[in-house]
Amino acid sequence: MSDKANVVLHCEKIDKIYPGTKALDGVSFDLLRGKVNVLIGENGAGKSTLMKMIAGIEQPSAGKMYMDGEEIYFKDTTAARAKGIGIIHQELSLFPNLTVYQNIFMRHEHKKGLFLNDKEHIAGAEKILKRLEHEIPPDTLVGDLRVGQQQMVEIARNLIQDDLRVLIMDEPTSSLSAAEVKVLFKIMRELLAEDISIVYISHRLEEIMEIGDHVTILRDGKYVADADVKDIELSWIVENMVGKNTQYHRFERSIDLDKAEKILEVKNLSLPKKGGGYLLDNVSMYLKKGEVLGIYGLLGAGRSELFECLMGMRPEHTGEVVYNGENLKIKSVSDQIKNGFAIVPEDRQRQGLIQTLDICKNTSIASMRNYVKGIFLNNKEEENAVDEQIKDIHIKVADKKLPILSLSGGNQQKVVIGKGILTHPTVLLLDEPSRGIDIGAKTEVFEIIHDYAERGLSIIVISSELKEIMAIADRIYVLSNGKCTGELSGDEINEDTLVRASYAGLGTGVSA
Amino acid sequence: MKTKKTNSNQLLMTILKGRTFIVLVILVVFFSVVKDNFLDPTTLTMIAKHVALYGILALGMTFVIITGGIDLSVGSVVGLIGMLAGGLIQYGLTLKFAGVTLYFSVPVIVLFMLAAGALIGAVNGLIITKLNVAPFIATLGTMYICRGFANLRSGGATFSDIAGYEGLGNTGFKTLGSNIAGIPAGVYVFAVLAVISVVLLKKMPFGWYVLGVGGNEKSARLSGIKADQIKILVYIISGFCAAWVGMINTAQLSAAHPASGDGWEMNAIAATVLGGTSMAGGSGTILGTVVGAFVIGVINDGMTMCGVSEFWQKVIRGLVIILAVVIDQTQRNLQAKMALQARNENK
Repeated sequence: MSDKANVVLHCEKIDKIYPGTKALDGVSFDLLRGKVNVLIGENGAGKSTLMKMIAGIEQPSAGKMYMDGEEIYFKDTTAARAKGIGIIHQELSLFPNLTVYQNIFMRHEHKKGLFLNDKEHIAGAEKILKRLEHEIPPDTLVGDLRVGQQQMVEIARNLIQDDLRVLIMDEPTSSLSAAEVKVLFKIMRELLAEDISIVYISHRLEEIMEIGDHVTILRDGKYVADADVKDIELSWIVENMVGKNTQYHRFERSIDLDKAEKILEVKNLSLPKKGGGYLLDNVSMYLKKGEVLGIYGLLGAGRSELFECLMGMRPEHTGEVVYNGENLKIKSVSDQIKNGFAIVPEDRQRQGLIQTLDICKNTSIASMRNYVKGIFLNNKEEENAVDEQIKDIHIKVADKKLPILSLSGGNQQKVVIGKGILTHPTVLLLDEPSRGIDIGAKTEVFEIIHDYAERGLSIIVISSELKEIMAIADRIYVLSNGKCTGELSGDEINEDTLVRASYAGLGTGVSA
Repeated sequence: MKTKKTNSNQLLMTILKGRTFIVLVILVVFFSVVKDNFLDPTTLTMIAKHVALYGILALGMTFVIITGGIDLSVGSVVGLIGMLAGGLIQYGLTLKFAGVTLYFSVPVIVLFMLAAGALIGAVNGLIITKLNVAPFIATLGTMYICRGFANLRSGGATFSDIAGYEGLGNTGFKTLGSNIAGIPAGVYVFAVLAVISVVLLKKMPFGWYVLGVGGNEKSARLSGIKADQIKILVYIISGFCAAWVGMINTAQLSAAHPASGDGWEMNAIAATVLGGTSMAGGSGTILGTVVGAFVIGVINDGMTMCGVSEFWQKVIRGLVIILAVVIDQTQRNLQAKMALQARNENK
């Protein structure tokens, strides 16, 4: 591997065994000093597990870790923190009921004697947020912030650590806009200059090529390969991650969409913003039967709000909606489900799943009324329907009575999709369906989308990944700042046009 | 750009946040109109005594509820500590094997009792954290156990005329139940404990950890907060407070009944909830609890003075609690709405 001097942390043949699985199998890993160490692999590959060992969240079943040549053992996160290791979690670990500055300084409190020094906390928070170009009032409750802002607070938390030596970032950009990502990369480069070493876990391959210095690939709990980013290409990464050469390939449609009828049409849809302005400003679009329609745009463009209107969550919207040729009055979510709409929300953990229920219930819960006999629930029918759905979309499930959280991110997402499909919808709304899942599962999700569209389901997909939306959508609308700024189909679809259109609705500079 | 709606939202918010205080003022005005001796020093002193008792219990309860738990045992601890304290003063501690009976001075008894209350709290905390029993069940259990022991202490009888013996040097307990400079001793204790509670909750890292554990226990653990320790500590605080109340109550009556404190956990919870602490955990203020305790005290004594039957009082108390929680939800929803608004304004 690499020579000793520039390795700040070394993992030697780490094993991690959980009941039923060996999550890590003899993994050796070098964390290069002052570099962005990208760690990549499909879900279940072991990246998060390896990071848990380094951050002291859990301990290895076998193997050793060395820092600066000395053997180390972290019995808890405090021990790891004491050695200068910080971690930004994928699922944010903030306190929604506390203020921004309380979250930032939690466990790093500034004290005057025995008492908290809130003045220093507020000043310190302002300073770090300014550096992150995200000036949020420090006394705002974190629960009142948007996800992107929350992610910035999570990042800020780690940056205030004086003796930070290693920063682990697990999917830090999943909720950030392109502009926010730029700021983050700038900060990361500054950290490297301060001799801080970064571990960067991300599924966004383009990002890795931009910011990464060294890549290590894990697959199925084992080390596969590592290389300097400058020596390799994207395809090398994907090849090693998945074990086969995968590109997002454009699906061939067997339906002639030019002849297909419009199943849903939205005319002058507007959603007012509280306090003035519009979240959606006179948006007009249509969806054809069997079409996969893409909605592209930056964070804050109004894409999710469009879905919320269609799904009945925003009764205050104005404008016309025509469905199956008739005017549709959208009143409530359950009405919309009855009308044949289904949604797979953006926030899987908070809006897509019910974390305390098992896989079976998570899949069947939106379509429960189909399994009712009189006043009783027909368990057999429910389970049969769930089994069929699981088979249909190839969800890797050992036992559907296991808790939902026992599945990988990709399989969890498939369950949420399955839940929607079991309601027998006519229109399926997918909001960032491949967010936070690995490339293998992503491809499977695309196949599911294509498959159902071929069967006649009309699908709308929101995505902020160019390559993805270009691969799966038959036609793309671009939303920018609440306005519809572009409709592209066929050969018109290219990266340049899409990106330009996504900025077109903004004034000067980038919003959000 | 602020619209009319924003301003009316903010006004509504201010009213909601100060609702408990507004209710208190309304109640005082109401009762003083209906009962012309409501504002007499004797009445106010009586109310103050009761407010102090419910209030001290509510202080401990606030910490517990903020962590997302609940302590149903405090009423029974009040009774048990009262019996133990009374028993120690009047009858001392008999060591059969040595054939002696020990009598302790009042300060020593106070310390022992506080330690006993803290110990019961620790037991609650341990059952909840180490044995994974839900707080409701765990403290329900200790509630019965403590009440049982309180009765066992005297075989169900009351210890009356608790005064101690001059010759043994253990008089002075009644100070805890008398007025000092015209104000009941219990009120001083309440005030001191309230100040300490504010400092703990707002001015020390401990307060952040308590709120953190209540707001998101997983995040708390990931942040390196010893969530189990924090939880045990809040139950210790609750037990400690209950011990104070047990002693003050016994001193005020100069008697220890095994049934003392029966149902007082409900008053403590009501005061806490009225004060704006959410049962879901993660938020709460000491000031709110103090005002809540005043409201409970004023309602209880006001209704009694008006001759409202004990049974109707129970009905009304129940309605008050439900109303308090409903208004709390309204405030939270409004807050979320306003936050969404602010977010959109800044987009």
